[in-house]
Amino acid sequence: MRVALSVTCINDTMFPGTGQAVVRLLRRLGVDVEFPAAQTCCGQPMVNTGYLDEAVPAVRSYVDAFAGYDAIVTPSGSCAGSARHQHALVGRRASEKGLDRSLEADLADAPPTYELTELIVDVLGVTDVGAYFPHAVTYHPTCHSLRMLGVGDRPLRLLREVRGLRLRELPAAEQCCGFGGTFAVKNSDTSVAMGADKVRHVRSTGAEVLVAGDNSCLMHLGGMLDRQRSGVRVMHLAEVLAATEDAPAEVVR
Amino acid sequence: MTGTFVGMPAFPSAAREALADTQLRHNLAHATGVIRGKRSRLVEEVDADVAGGGAGWEELRLAGAAVKQRALDALASHLEQLEASLTAAGATVHWARDAAEANAVVASVAKAHGADEVVKVKSMVTAEIGLNEALAEEGIAAWETDLAELIVQLGDDLPSHILVPAIHRNRAEIREIFLRKMAAVGRPAPADLTDEPAVLAAAAREHLREKFLRAKVGVSGANFAVADTGTLVVVESEGNGRMCLTLPEVLVSVVGIEKVVPTFAELDPLLRLLPRSSTGERMNPYTSTWSGVTPDDGPQEVHVVLLDNGRSRALADDTGRQALRCIRCSACLNVCPVYERTGGHAYGSVYPGPIGAILNPLLQGTGDEQTDSLPYASSLCGACFEACPVRIDIPEVLVHLRSKVVDSHRGDRVPKPEALAMKGAAWSFADASRLGLVERAAGFSGPFLKRLRRTPLPGAAAWADARDLPVPPKESFRAWWARTDGGRR
Amino acid sequence: MTSTSAGNDARAEILGRVRSALRAVEPTPEPVLAPTTARTLGDAAAVDLFDERVADYRAVVERCTAGDLAARVGAALARHDATRAVVVPPGLAAALGVEESALAAAVPGAVADHDPGTGAHLTPYDLDRADAVVTAATLGIAETGTIVLDHGPGQGRRALTLVPDVHVCVVRTDQVVRDVPDAVTRLDPNRPLTWISGPSATSDIELDRVEGVHGPRTLHVLLVG
Ligand code: SF4
Repeated sequence: MRVALSVTCINDTMFPGTGQAVVRLLRRLGVDVEFPAAQTCCGQPMVNTGYLDEAVPAVRSYVDAFAGYDAIVTPSGSCAGSARHQHALVGRRASEKGLDRSLEADLADAPPTYELTELIVDVLGVTDVGAYFPHAVTYHPTCHSLRMLGVGDRPLRLLREVRGLRLRELPAAEQCCGFGGTFAVKNSDTSVAMGADKVRHVRSTGAEVLVAGDNSCLMHLGGMLDRQRSGVRVMHLAEVLAATEDAPAEVVR
Repeated sequence: MTGTFVGMPAFPSAAREALADTQLRHNLAHATGVIRGKRSRLVEEVDADVAGGGAGWEELRLAGAAVKQRALDALASHLEQLEASLTAAGATVHWARDAAEANAVVASVAKAHGADEVVKVKSMVTAEIGLNEALAEEGIAAWETDLAELIVQLGDDLPSHILVPAIHRNRAEIREIFLRKMAAVGRPAPADLTDEPAVLAAAAREHLREKFLRAKVGVSGANFAVADTGTLVVVESEGNGRMCLTLPEVLVSVVGIEKVVPTFAELDPLLRLLPRSSTGERMNPYTSTWSGVTPDDGPQEVHVVLLDNGRSRALADDTGRQALRCIRCSACLNVCPVYERTGGHAYGSVYPGPIGAILNPLLQGTGDEQTDSLPYASSLCGACFEACPVRIDIPEVLVHLRSKVVDSHRGDRVPKPEALAMKGAAWSFADASRLGLVERAAGFSGPFLKRLRRTPLPGAAAWADARDLPVPPKESFRAWWARTDGGRR
Repeated sequence: MTSTSAGNDARAEILGRVRSALRAVEPTPEPVLAPTTARTLGDAAAVDLFDERVADYRAVVERCTAGDLAARVGAALARHDATRAVVVPPGLAAALGVEESALAAAVPGAVADHDPGTGAHLTPYDLDRADAVVTAATLGIAETGTIVLDHGPGQGRRALTLVPDVHVCVVRTDQVVRDVPDAVTRLDPNRPLTWISGPSATSDIELDRVEGVHGPRTLHVLLVG
């Protein structure tokens, strides 16, 4: 199976460590993931803000970059959600407005996009990935993973198998953290109010590390945790799962 | 008299004010927390029944959505059928294109009977058309009889929730309003009034009873209007609805054209879904159904006003049409993290929360700053869609309406900074080599952070107000991959 | 009252707009049947569930036999101190299957809704002065603990079971159906229907349920059979 990594634009530019962790982790699990260099962005930032025409080039680059692979894996619930639920909308519009007449048809032939934990649990059939992470951790199930994709308890099943990891239950876990893409700046007061409650719940767990499957949400929550000098670190799930006794994760960020 | 929402500021600034009100946030968090708990226990109860052969919540939702969608998909013929069955049952049917026409019908019926007051069942649609204010201009007092509506009306306040318009008030505030305001419009509150909910409810009972007993004209909405039998349905809790529907000699019901249900039997899934989603009960205390006039029982003169007021516009929107399935249960409000923190007033409409964020632009069209801010009043977390008993994909409609707002500005002579930023993003995302260029230009070193803070990119300051920016990496992922051959070197 | 010409214009315009909005939409001709609770709930189990679910709303529920019924009606009224003026709808004794004389003995304060001499009905003010009302029912729904009245014989017009503060309602066990779909197929939509689930209540103060607002604050159900 030829699996392509869609690292996502935000991980490419801001959080390359997450992409590197995905590569290490999947290689350990026997999948030599490839990185098609032609990829850019799934188009979600534009779609979610209402700029559908502006999303067309991004969706086109997604289709072209990943053509011919058997599967796409991405360390982001919301980018996976975008590929699975929004690309068709953009494709239809591109055809209707004549912006890119073949996009809709090409999307129909595109390989499936999996969120990282879906690929590991469903496709590879693994829950113990051989990770070691000796820290107290709490997990925030991001909205798009939880509700748009329905990844359910896959991330928790993976975390429970990590040696040394002490999992702390997050109160009101299913509540949105308040990031929401451009919502975080368009409605920054509300976004921060939501984030403040999430951060309060995170701190109440006593965890050292807040883990999630989406770096965008973690950037928002981490920004608040840092501003509060909370000492709580944020890490992408992939980085926790990639860590081993031989190659321990650096708990930075 | 209840105020109106005219001239409300756009959502972000209205929300900022609401967020600063800690009492409000406490009241909302408490009330929505209570109702979320009750609802989810009942959903679990329905699902637990599946083992014994029960339907399961998701199947019920599918059925509820299908009934309402079927009603909408052939709405014109269902409306004609409804009109015919209502007329055959002795009701008079009126059609109203907009609020003014509907209000005029109600006023003329009241005047024809020499009434200077009407008693009202809580109804969203009469709030939508500003009926109380219109009647007041004609010298007719409209008494709200639902407890929460009474609290809003007495407090000269605005509704903030579909089901519980006074959800922003706690018991102490309600006691205060009753003590100050009841005497001016009828029977005063007892001097020893406490803030026990049961005591407050008893005070409302005493206050309103004289109005019910003497009422000549009742005004209602309807939760459902059954096309094949001409049956209107009102779902309520307190019995104020039954009072207004049965004691007056004349009844006028204002019904949005989307309330149609094709057949009586198809009420079934909706009557199972609504109370569980709404008040978190297996069934609400009272549901009344009536078909026109019943000899010797209840009002002997029955009017039904079928109202458009933007519904046909919403119906014409292929993606937005599903919003007309809404049965006004308010589950989407109760689970919405934005609503929970800002309350209903910030939405500037009688329809707040997630459904309001789509319904207002669908009914009114885009183009007004306040209305156009509503589709953005969401983090797209999807909790509303998950809770909605008729499976309205609110996030999908929100994104669709955002694109309508954006499209309406495509001809602007001076594009917004955001539009320019999106155009720039579109350019760099079209081609990975351009993206690499942008990444290298950004530098990925110390100055990057400072530059981002000073960047003209919209929102950078709003971000940095309460959130630190992450320390940027020294090297992008694609640069790392190229340099190390994906870590193999 | 007849429709005005403005009303006719409005009708044509609304229907026209609706039709044009739906030009490309295929209608679904067949009614949607919701899934029903197909479990094999025996009658006794349905009645037990009904009993439990009505009581959940903080209504009073008592089981009794047909022979007992008249006396139990009297006892229920006495228990709520509601004996002086008790509204009795036409046809109650027959609907309950008790002798007129037995009912009269059990309900000494009976007030008839309809005065055959004058043809007048009780006014809302008369009803407001009454202590209680006693009625039969059309059916009971087990799953939701709901009683449905169609206001036929023994149930009275709608106002009777609304204004007095105590409602004693007699439901026969053979009237109990399992769930809402079973009810909607049995009910006559041309009759006015009142679905009653517990005493009147409100959730308007902090979204917590409080029993007792405008409708009867006491609901006393006698489950016979
Ligand atoms: S949109 Fe759905 S959840 Fe919201 S009020 Fe309407 S029916 Fe209820």
